[in-house]
Amino acid sequence: MTTSAMPSRSAASNTATRSRRSPLRAVPALAWWIVSILLAIGFIYPVAVMVSMALKGPIEQSAIPPTLLPRNPTLGNFTHLTSVQGLNVFQNLANSVEVTLATTIGTVIVSTLAGYALARAPFPGRNLVFVAILATFMIPFQAVITPLFMVLRTLGLNNSLVGLTLVYITFNLPFGLFIMRNAFAAIPASLEEAALIDGCGIVGALRRVMLPVAVPAVVTTALLTFFASWNEFFAALVLITDQSKFTLPVTLTLVSSGQLGSINWGALQAGVALTVVPCILVYLLLQRYYVSGLLSGALK
Amino acid sequence: MTLPAIVLVVTFFLVPLVLTFWISLNDWPLLGQPQFIGISNYVQALSDSNFGDAMGFTLLYTVIITPVLFLLGLGLAFLVRRRGRASRVFQSIYFMPVCIGFASGAFLWLYLGQPQIGPLLSLLQSAGLTNANTNLYTTMWGAMTVVIAMVTWKVVGLQMLLLLSGLQSIPEEVNEAARIDGANAWQLFRRITLPLLRPTLALVLVFSVAGSLLAFDQFYIMTNGGPANSTITAVYQIYRTSFISFRLGYGAALSVLLMIILAIVSAVQLLLLRNTDNN
Repeated sequence: MTTSAMPSRSAASNTATRSRRSPLRAVPALAWWIVSILLAIGFIYPVAVMVSMALKGPIEQSAIPPTLLPRNPTLGNFTHLTSVQGLNVFQNLANSVEVTLATTIGTVIVSTLAGYALARAPFPGRNLVFVAILATFMIPFQAVITPLFMVLRTLGLNNSLVGLTLVYITFNLPFGLFIMRNAFAAIPASLEEAALIDGCGIVGALRRVMLPVAVPAVVTTALLTFFASWNEFFAALVLITDQSKFTLPVTLTLVSSGQLGSINWGALQAGVALTVVPCILVYLLLQRYYVSGLLSGALK
Repeated sequence: MTLPAIVLVVTFFLVPLVLTFWISLNDWPLLGQPQFIGISNYVQALSDSNFGDAMGFTLLYTVIITPVLFLLGLGLAFLVRRRGRASRVFQSIYFMPVCIGFASGAFLWLYLGQPQIGPLLSLLQSAGLTNANTNLYTTMWGAMTVVIAMVTWKVVGLQMLLLLSGLQSIPEEVNEAARIDGANAWQLFRRITLPLLRPTLALVLVFSVAGSLLAFDQFYIMTNGGPANSTITAVYQIYRTSFISFRLGYGAALSVLLMIILAIVSAVQLLLLRNTDNN
């Protein structure tokens, strides 16, 4: 880091050329650290405030000015979530887990099968299928929400978590398919031919040869689908009308509408914590796959 | 093997898409008989001041938030461009809110921006920017400011990452050649970095503009469309038309209009960014 302060051409280590090339080259290393750390605090601060508020007791919640850390941490807000307007929010948490798991598994299976076929098996109308599925990318699902509601009603899947899951799989499909197809297309055909000659059959070749090689793509697809369906709000709000079937983000609207017009902020932040903490944990554990998947999906 | 994918896309995307156009030509209540009325819904939409206001607010929001996100994203990309472990750690911290949903982020910031008990207001007050009675949610500009702060916190990391990978794809030799020719930092940025970054810029802008034009969660949760319906976005208005007033036909017509506007805006951006590339 200190080499950037010495503009000596011969000492062109990697670090030195990098920082010399940047428009910020005049900024000393110390300033870089200060700015970076302040920004990091700014990005983490809202999450810290949320956790702190979720652990505060009823009196401390309405303190003016608000306290930074809870003086007497309590799980009372989480207990309160078991009875919000006659609803156990943990039941809604279970709904979210159910829908997210089913959507993730469903999307991975459907997009793996279709991705493999589109990358490998020549069949008539292949391009048409690919274009039709990718069109889902171009047209936002918000624009088709009204008839989507009617289609689900016709199928008897309105107000049902199964219906919501099928909708989620459909709208996560283009991205998953795109990632899986690219992954399969990158694997040399000879590898798979060898498996076929050895008598694997197409499904066997997919399972034994292709899938292990495509595991990173599967993880990426699963992650993107996990985040998208766990956090989805609009479709869940429109398509589910029975409060006991709400997913977690929509349930928060009930927590925040409170009794007599006053909001129980501690309980609301406890609910936000239930929604956010799993995302952050998954992100911290698997961010490598998540980030590379987003980049390859967006930039290719 | 593509059958499951085809069935899903046809049932839950293509059929609804075609139906959107058909429903929009009808007076279609939730219960009861739909009635074909031709383009009446569209004629009505063109003089509907509620939809006009919602579209106007959506465009205003988009015009304000797009440069904010873009400039901060670019700044962050330059900041974390340094090699080394520290830089990667900061990258993952700045990117962390991207994995949090818009809805949960909105509920979090709804509290942060509350008058008196909200930590954000308390910070602003100790900085002398607001007083004890300030309530940001009572004006359109105040409410939009809190929303923009939340959205920036939540998505700027993604812009940073996309722009960073664009920056890193510029070949080192190009920069080296320009420096040997005596280019200073600003010239390097203006003449080399910016033009070579153009494909990434186009992508980031189209994504961010489309996302802003479709904004719903954050306004539904944080402002409830208020004060006095001044922060109702286009999707919010479609939601109210179809699912509060249950005028499905009219809601579908508004959806079609929104799709057309979205397609035009995206096409114009791509054309503009391509044209300047040729010069």
